[in-house]
Amino acid sequence: MLSDAEIAALQISLKVSFWSLLFALPLAVALGWLLARREFRGKLLVNAFLTLPLVLPPVVTGFVLLILLGKQGWIGSWLNAWFGIEIAFRWTGAAVAAGVMAFPLIVRPIRLSFEAVDLRLEQAAATLGAGRWRRFATISLPLAMPGVLAGAVLGFAKALGEFGATITLVSNIPGETQTLSLAVYALLQVPGEESAVLRLTLIAIAVSILAVVASEILARRARRGLSAAESGADA
Amino acid sequence: MLDVDVRNRLGGTALDIRFTGAGGVTALFGRSGAGKTSTVQMIAGLMTPDAGRIALGGRVLFDSDRRVDIATPQRRVGVIFQEGRLFPHLTVRRNLLYARAARGNGRYDGIVGMLGLEALLERKPATLSGGEQQRVAIGRALLSNPDILLMDEPLASLDAARKAEILPYIERLRDEAGLPVVYVSHQIDEVARLADRIVLLSDGSVAATGSVDEIFTRPDLMPLTGRFQAGAVLGARVAEQDVSGRMSRLAFPGGSLWVPSVPLPVDSAVRIRVRARDVSVALDKPERISIRNTLPGTVLSVTESDGPFRTVTVAVADETGESRIAATVTANAVHDLGLAPGVAVFALLKSVAMDRRSMALPPRDEIVT
Repeated sequence: MLSDAEIAALQISLKVSFWSLLFALPLAVALGWLLARREFRGKLLVNAFLTLPLVLPPVVTGFVLLILLGKQGWIGSWLNAWFGIEIAFRWTGAAVAAGVMAFPLIVRPIRLSFEAVDLRLEQAAATLGAGRWRRFATISLPLAMPGVLAGAVLGFAKALGEFGATITLVSNIPGETQTLSLAVYALLQVPGEESAVLRLTLIAIAVSILAVVASEILARRARRGLSAAESGADA
Repeated sequence: MLDVDVRNRLGGTALDIRFTGAGGVTALFGRSGAGKTSTVQMIAGLMTPDAGRIALGGRVLFDSDRRVDIATPQRRVGVIFQEGRLFPHLTVRRNLLYARAARGNGRYDGIVGMLGLEALLERKPATLSGGEQQRVAIGRALLSNPDILLMDEPLASLDAARKAEILPYIERLRDEAGLPVVYVSHQIDEVARLADRIVLLSDGSVAATGSVDEIFTRPDLMPLTGRFQAGAVLGARVAEQDVSGRMSRLAFPGGSLWVPSVPLPVDSAVRIRVRARDVSVALDKPERISIRNTLPGTVLSVTESDGPFRTVTVAVADETGESRIAATVTANAVHDLGLAPGVAVFALLKSVAMDRRSMALPPRDEIVT
C-alpha cells in the first residue's frame, strides 16, 4: 500500500518529532515555571528571544542554526570534535530544527498553567513541611499538567509539520532527513505524482488526529490518576 | 511558649507586635487591618519581618540580629487558613497524609475520628461543604505534628450554621490535643468561646493583653472591642435545673442568672457571655416585671463619648466573689438616673437574651477549679 520511501518518511517524521519533544518538553517545563514564578534580570530578554522562532521567517531560523550547528559552525565544530556528533544534513539536525521551532509553542501554555496555580496552595504545602522540590512535584506540576499536555500536543504538531527551518538546516535527503512534509514538497516538484502526494497527505492527517486523541486520553488519565499515583509512590 | 517581637512596614501600615503566648488558646483579636493575619504569616515564615525575633518553645524561628530565618517547612508550624487551601487534586485521605510526618505516626485514626472525617476520606475537596473542608484542613495540620497551631479566621468564610457545626471540634481540639493555638478572629463570640487569653491588636500594635473577662469588661478598650459587641464573659457553673420551666440557674462569683435550659448536669462549668446591650440598669428593685434576673451592684465606671450611648460597668458581689457586668444605656438615661461611680443599682438581664450561642464549655483547665 505504501512505498518504502513513504514508510521511511513517516518513520523519520515520527522519530524527529519524538526526539525533539523529548528534549524540548523538560526544558519548556523548567522555563515555563521560571517565567511564571521567578523575577530575574533579563527576563524581558529571555521572553523576546523565546518568541524569535515564531516571528522570524523559518528559513532565517534554519540559516542561523546552520551557522551555529554546521560542521564549521561555533557549536557544530565543537560538538563534532568532542562528541563526534554531526547535526547538519542528519536526522538529528531535523530534530533540532523542529525542537527550536516548536519550543515557543510548548512553553506558552505551560507558563500560563503554572501562573494559574494558586501560590497559596504551595504556601500551605510549605507549612506542612514540604520543601521546594516536593512542592513542585506534588502541587505545582500536577496542577499544571493540563498545560504541559497542551504544550506537548502543540509542540508535536509543530514538529511534525516543520518545513522551512528543517530544509534549510538538513536539506531534503530521502531516508535520512526527508520527513513527511519534505516528501510532499519533493513529490510536488515532479509531474504526475499527485496520487502519491494525496497518500502522504492522508497519512499526515491520520497521524495528527491520533496525536490529538492520545493527548486527550492522557489528559483525562492525568486528571483522574494523580491521587492514585501519589498513593502508589507512598506505598 | 510562643515569643513574638516583630516590626514590619507594609504598604504604609507599620506593624510593631509584641506578645507572649502561653499554652492553650491565645486569640489575636482586632478589626480587619489591625495586623492579625500579617502576624500569623510572620510566625509561619510566609512573610519576613523587617526586624525582630520569633521563638517557639526555645527554638528561634527568626532573629534579625543573629540573621536567623528558618524556612517555613522546618518551622513545624501548623496553619489553618481562612479558605482551607486543601489540595484540589488530592482526595481527603491524601490531603490528610500529605505531610511526611503524617505517615505512620499512629495518630491518623484518632484525628480522623475526633474530626468526624471517616465518611469523607475518598472524596475530593471540591465536593465538600465549607465546614467539612475546614475540618479536613485542621486534621491535615494536626497530622503534620506541629509545635503550634495557627488558625487564621478559620470560620470567617462559613455561615452561622457551619460555624456552629465546627466550633465544637475546635473546642475538642483545644481540650484534647494539648497543642498551643493562636486563634485569629474579629468575632467576639468565637473568641469568648474559645480563648484562654486575648491579645488585642489595633492599628498594627498590641493594645492590651489579658484574660477574656478582663479584656471585654475594660471600659477603656470598648472603642476597640466594639460597643455593640461589648459585654462581660462570666465563668459560671450550673447551680439548679428547673425541669418544668425548662430553665437553668447559672451561679457565678457575685450572683446567679436564670437562662433557658442548659443540657448539662448540675455543677458543670459553663462560660456565658452577657452582651452589654442586653443589660438594663435600674435604681430601685423593680417588682412585677417579666425580666427574671435582677442583680444588685455598684456602678464602677461610665464611659465618656459624644454618641447617644454610654457603657456602664457594674460590679456585682456576694459571698462567693465579685464579677463585672457591662450595660449599654443612653446618655439621657445616665443623666436622668444620675449614674456615676459608686451609685447602687440593679442590673437587669432578660433570660431570653441568653441563647445557646452565648454559652460554651470553658477550657478544660478551668473546669477543674
